[in-house]
Amino acid sequence: MSSSKQPASTSFKAPDSSRLQLDEQGRLRHFLTVESLSKDILTEIMDVAESFSSVGHQAVKKVPVLRGKTIVNLFFENSTRTRTTFDLAAKRLSADVINLNIATSATSKGESILDTIRNLEAMHADMFVVRHSDSGAAHFIANNVEPHVSVINAGDGSHAHPTQAMLDMFTIRQVKKDFSNLNVAIIGDILHSRVARSQIQALNTLGVKDIRVIAPRTLLPSDVGSLGAHAYGDLRQGLDNVDVIIMLRLQRERMGSALLPSEHEYFECFGLTEEKLAYAKPDVTVMHPGPINRGVEMDAAVADGAHSVILQQVTNGIAVRMAVMTLTLGHSKVAG
Amino acid sequence: MGETLSAVDVEDIIDTMAGELAQEMKRKKRVDPLMIGVHTGGLWVAEKLHRKLGLKKPLGEIDISFYRDDFSRIGLNPQVKPSQIPCEVEGENIILVDDVLYTGRTSRAALNEIFDYGRPDSVTLAVLVDRGERELPLHADIVGLKLDLSPEKQVKLTGPAPLVLETNRN
Repeated sequence: MSSSKQPASTSFKAPDSSRLQLDEQGRLRHFLTVESLSKDILTEIMDVAESFSSVGHQAVKKVPVLRGKTIVNLFFENSTRTRTTFDLAAKRLSADVINLNIATSATSKGESILDTIRNLEAMHADMFVVRHSDSGAAHFIANNVEPHVSVINAGDGSHAHPTQAMLDMFTIRQVKKDFSNLNVAIIGDILHSRVARSQIQALNTLGVKDIRVIAPRTLLPSDVGSLGAHAYGDLRQGLDNVDVIIMLRLQRERMGSALLPSEHEYFECFGLTEEKLAYAKPDVTVMHPGPINRGVEMDAAVADGAHSVILQQVTNGIAVRMAVMTLTLGHSKVAG
Repeated sequence: MGETLSAVDVEDIIDTMAGELAQEMKRKKRVDPLMIGVHTGGLWVAEKLHRKLGLKKPLGEIDISFYRDDFSRIGLNPQVKPSQIPCEVEGENIILVDDVLYTGRTSRAALNEIFDYGRPDSVTLAVLVDRGERELPLHADIVGLKLDLSPEKQVKLTGPAPLVLETNRN
């Protein structure tokens, strides 16, 4: 195997997502980012996910649609929930799944990403589900796979996490039915969050009325307006008349750095309690991608309360990932 | 453009089917059946049969898109609908309803899907139209109308109100 080592800090070239992830007929072939995808495609993903929701109620929780396909979960960065739901989604579609934890595998022996991909293609892999700490990693792989192979981005650096965004959109649609009149607030570390970026793009494409981001100034990007969202430094103002609250997980490793005050202070200003929830609409929906730092981002009472759909998000994560896998593999070229 | 089968009254056919189905279920001692319609045309026929027979269990509906055998050739049907089977399938007498029986591949897929919900005691297949040319060893127990069509012709049920049978060339 090659010795061309991919240094851990490599940033891949800025991705041109729009053409790469669609085929000649404009159908989804890879799923790398929600950016530049049309409302029709996002709606199609949610519609197909709706149909997959019933599979979880079957005695045999499986449909044969991807029988005989081989899906490789390539996780260059740790994850429990995302990998588990991708794993389960693939299994419910009857695909064969391999989980590769690359941090402890080939690349640490000096094998480059491309060599890893070539080897897995030689084993007739049909899909790569990629998580990587570098932005653009999934695009890089999608640019280099064989025509019949699809790539799904399961989170790349601070760039995108499109399946998380789509499961959140799907959950919002289930609860609120329509996007056009909604005020949606995203609270937390917007600056470093790939989840927030993808959510804001999806919410804009789906035509949400008002998108707000609420965070300390140090955790907001300098060009926050260009994200297509309104920035608030004050929780009370930001939550006024809000229909949906999306909490982000606070990366504990960033705590204590210059960007953040203490956990206690953060909770005082931006932590969600039942008292602060009252600033929003009475039927407000509370979401969180998990895992929750109870007592840092939100109170246990809110996380487990009547407004919370956090576990519904987990269930929906499986259906949405099944939809994305089926749509991309259904549109990829059949191996020759 | 479709050409209406003018000599055919779909309502009349479904009336006759309902009578035959009631007799068939009685003869085989299959009581209190669970009816399941296949999206989309089969469900239209099933809604009428369900009402005419006065069945007690609510009507189920399935979309067989995830069970098709041609996914690797043509991909996913984007109009796929959720399947809804309102009660346990285990131990039930199922009446499966579809609009057109042709190659048998849809019925095969529907049977596979039903069995993923549980093991029924029996499945009775009722179809509005049997146009022959089977590619799988399947037959319907109740057939509304037998048609002898050349392979290049298609028959299609349009609806839901009114239900009309149309034929056209591929």
